[in-house]
Amino acid sequence: MKSLEVSRLAYAYPDGTQALFGVDLVIERGERVALLGPNGAGKTTLVMHLNGILTPGHGTVAVAGTPVRKDTLKQVRQRVGLVFQDPDDQLFMPTVRDDVAFGPANMGVRGEELERRVKDALERVGMLEAIDRPPHHLSFGQRRRVAVATVLAMEPEILVLDEPSSNLDPAARRELAEILRSLDVTLLMVTHDLPYALELCERSLILSDGVIAADGPTRELLADAELLARHRLELPYGFAIPAPGA
Amino acid sequence: MGTHHQLYRPGDSVVHRLPPQCKLVAVFAFAIVVVATPRERMWAFGLYAVLLGVVAALARVPLPYILRRLVIEVPFVLFAFLIPVIGLGERTTVLGVSLSVPGLWAAWNILAKATLGVVASILLAATTEPRTLLLGAQRLRVPTLLVQIAMFMLRYMDVIVDEMRRMRVARESRGFEARNVRHIPVVARSAGALFIRSYERGERVHLAMLSRGYTGQLPVLQEMSASARQWLVAAALPAAAAAVLGIAL
Repeated sequence: MKSLEVSRLAYAYPDGTQALFGVDLVIERGERVALLGPNGAGKTTLVMHLNGILTPGHGTVAVAGTPVRKDTLKQVRQRVGLVFQDPDDQLFMPTVRDDVAFGPANMGVRGEELERRVKDALERVGMLEAIDRPPHHLSFGQRRRVAVATVLAMEPEILVLDEPSSNLDPAARRELAEILRSLDVTLLMVTHDLPYALELCERSLILSDGVIAADGPTRELLADAELLARHRLELPYGFAIPAPGA
Repeated sequence: MGTHHQLYRPGDSVVHRLPPQCKLVAVFAFAIVVVATPRERMWAFGLYAVLLGVVAALARVPLPYILRRLVIEVPFVLFAFLIPVIGLGERTTVLGVSLSVPGLWAAWNILAKATLGVVASILLAATTEPRTLLLGAQRLRVPTLLVQIAMFMLRYMDVIVDEMRRMRVARESRGFEARNVRHIPVVARSAGALFIRSYERGERVHLAMLSRGYTGQLPVLQEMSASARQWLVAAALPAAAAAVLGIAL
């Protein structure tokens, strides 16, 4: 079963700037995949297509077999859980409870079922005790975890995270990794934090200049310094990954 | 953090426990009664003040707190003081200054009515959490768009104030300090930048809302219904004021 299938996706912004030049990718259910690429490679543009915020200029996107179209937007948005980079953009309701309830409530979930989903989602990210607090009183790491809970409550087919490790201190970064690893859900992680990709994802894709330039086991891709350099990616100072089998 | 929540004083009084929609209606009705009172009936305004004093005592809101909050009224007070000076008509002399009599009445009218209205609002804000106030407004069928705008203002006030503070720090760490009028353009440009940043954030928030199935309506997550008894309790203030008005007319 394919969680996500993107084929020959191309997109140009209204001002004419071409951002994607035919992206092909398939993610199987239960996989954890990192989408790597330098700034400006088109990562965010690609993500915006996954739940129909942007409409493809050419090509198709399908989530769990459902093509992303105007008439399927509702189902698609339920199945693709997008976690934005800045949790302040994602958490817009007055309390954590209302925020986590927002998605499922829009899908028509009410009453006890809604309460169960909210508590369950917060439990999974270890933030249940913050349920009645306003989001802006939480630390940055806590806000990011609540942001993950807001989409978990929608019980998505695939979780898409935009730069999940950005602005986190080392402990918050590790805590988030533990949470993400514990989730039983397909995961697409957009990042240029290469060690984080290695830690969490078996498989990686490199998006460069609007096309998928490489697709393979994360360890193999990151061991290929030449490949990384070609796409403006590099491991942080002091890091080295031995080539598999070497 | 939480600068805008200073208006609210957590508590568990009769006034605190009333549903927000009851309090909103009560304050609104009270304000209408006050405005409808002829300005010559000075004693009526005194009685209104006593009524508000009773509410404040019930809500355990101390007088100094109310006085501090009244500072917001100062610009209007200054304006009110100007009227008798520049007013026309019959004149009288107070402490050697020639003042217009109709102007004095107009100033009194503005001052008395505005102060009573502001104090009533302060009491409302002091006893009702901003968030529930909005739920009350929603319950009273205030257009949902207005409620949503107010809700986002509440949520993002801190974020924007924080951004403003960072911009000020950035200006000052490069040696800028707003000391006189010639520095206003610099501050104004920062305000413009802040506006654009906030606008862009608004767009991102909208995307985040769409991603979670937003269709223009915020889901009603909390039903806040008021019992007949609670409505009666809340009606006590405007009813008492209306009785005073009945005698005054």
